[in-house]
Amino acid sequence: MIQNSQSTSNMQNNTSICLDNVTISYGSFPAIKNVFCSIPKGYITAFIGPSGCGKSTILRAINRMNDLIDACTLTGRVLFEGVDLYNKRIDPVEVRRKIGMVFQQPNPFPKSIYENIAFGARINGYQGNMDELVENSLKRAAVWDECKDKLNESGCSLSGGQQQRLCIARTIAIEPDVILMDEPCSALDPISTLKIEETMHELKSNYTVIIVTHNMQQALRVSDFTAFFNAEVQPNSTGGKVGYLVEFNNTEKIFNSPKQKATQDYVSGKFG
Amino acid sequence: MDSKETQFKVLSFIMYKSKNTKSLKNILLYDPTSYSSIINKLLTLIVTIFTATAILPLILVLSYVVIRGSEQLNLNLLTQLPQPPGDDLYSGGIGNAICGTFIVTGIAATIAIPIGIGGGIYLAEYSKQGHFSKFIRFGTNILAGVPSIISGVFVYGTIVSTKIIFGSNFSALAGGIALSILMLPTVIKTTDEGLKLVSDDLRKGSLSVGASRFITITKVTLPAAINPISTGILLSIARAAGETAPLIFTALFSFYWSNSPQSLLEPIASLSVLIYNFALEPYQAQNELAWAASFILVFILLLLNIFARWLGRLSR
Repeated sequence: MIQNSQSTSNMQNNTSICLDNVTISYGSFPAIKNVFCSIPKGYITAFIGPSGCGKSTILRAINRMNDLIDACTLTGRVLFEGVDLYNKRIDPVEVRRKIGMVFQQPNPFPKSIYENIAFGARINGYQGNMDELVENSLKRAAVWDECKDKLNESGCSLSGGQQQRLCIARTIAIEPDVILMDEPCSALDPISTLKIEETMHELKSNYTVIIVTHNMQQALRVSDFTAFFNAEVQPNSTGGKVGYLVEFNNTEKIFNSPKQKATQDYVSGKFG
Repeated sequence: MDSKETQFKVLSFIMYKSKNTKSLKNILLYDPTSYSSIINKLLTLIVTIFTATAILPLILVLSYVVIRGSEQLNLNLLTQLPQPPGDDLYSGGIGNAICGTFIVTGIAATIAIPIGIGGGIYLAEYSKQGHFSKFIRFGTNILAGVPSIISGVFVYGTIVSTKIIFGSNFSALAGGIALSILMLPTVIKTTDEGLKLVSDDLRKGSLSVGASRFITITKVTLPAAINPISTGILLSIARAAGETAPLIFTALFSFYWSNSPQSLLEPIASLSVLIYNFALEPYQAQNELAWAASFILVFILLLLNIFARWLGRLSR
């Protein structure tokens, strides 16, 4: 699904993130090439694909977490509400306040549960009632009942699934517009996964959610749109596989009537 | 035919099994006369002897200092000034030397801790692991191996003999600077290592909620690494407090209290230099004072070390 920049500007009103010919390289080797994709506002979009196809790389590019990797370079444009995030005058810290992220491994701060939530809000100059914010964030991440009696205990004392929901609550607390999730359930058991998925459905009404997942069933369960990435060895290149976007569409269409054969093969479990 | 054949097969299998169990049992039995178990015992014995020999000096030194030093312990020792040599009956106390050790080490810590932590933060968090940071790490390792007397001579040459600090030559300040040079590599290294131990996930988590790099370091990574860092600082303080050579060249010695701000610019007493001076005196009373000072110094260092270990254990 390739769009020229004219049609992207037409879609701006209901597009949250627009990837415009994005190529990301580690050193001189491209990891993922020529991605065009418009991610709609207020929906859950899933990135699926085999390992090494660059879906996490693309996800990290959206809130400029790739800046932390020295050799990582990006060409093309990443537009957030029409603003080019890789413009020289853009402050990546401000970008991350608007586009929050939940990681593969739960990574609560070694502070109390309360402080885990309050930290982000405080450094972003939150003026309101902190107790209320903590309670609301934890409630929206569906972890309030489990930790309301131990807000002063360390965030690390929670179970893996609870930690991950705490991390989601921490992200919600800074009131971002977009929440990125990089395989948020891959380190969790099925029950915790189910709870996180429920949380994601709750979030949909207020946020744009982009989730990278290895689990096709999960993509089918939670997402409204799905982008399928694949990786292929490029002709005339000495490097490894290079990822690219194969197909982006409604989740239903991706799983039931994909246009590309590779998508069909992947979602039916023939490879990946 | 068929059934007989199977019968034979089953029988032979059972026989094989039972035979095998018997020999297996024999194999598993412990044989104290076998070659490997004798070698095993012998090597264990040798290693035990070496270990005991390695610990022996520590025990001997400590017990000798405790025996000789504790004889002199009394309140006067901690509160009185040392008397100049000559009076063989009364040598006074080491009060000013105890205070002096704390003052000089305090000056050293005030200089070395901010610079060292700053340097460690740069190495672990800001540097891009290029040639410059490699050079600094290498330099830090070299500095850690520099003999303490070299730092004393260096400060003597640059600060004491040039009278660069308000025209004073031998001073507490110069002593503190000499000791801070010795503390610096330890503080840099432990800060660097401590921060490197902090999981990268934590940094990413902090950055992803919109924290700047500065806030991430001050609010998340430094607190997470505070135990190894403070352990390193305490160990470096303990090392500096016991140094003699750099102080002989820089702080010298004093028979008086250092109780005014100006006295930071004057020679100051310290336990280690007092031991050095008084142990060489031909008078019995002075020698005993040196023993007492040794005891106090060892006691202080031991406390610092135990405190540092305790802090280090908290993090685990």
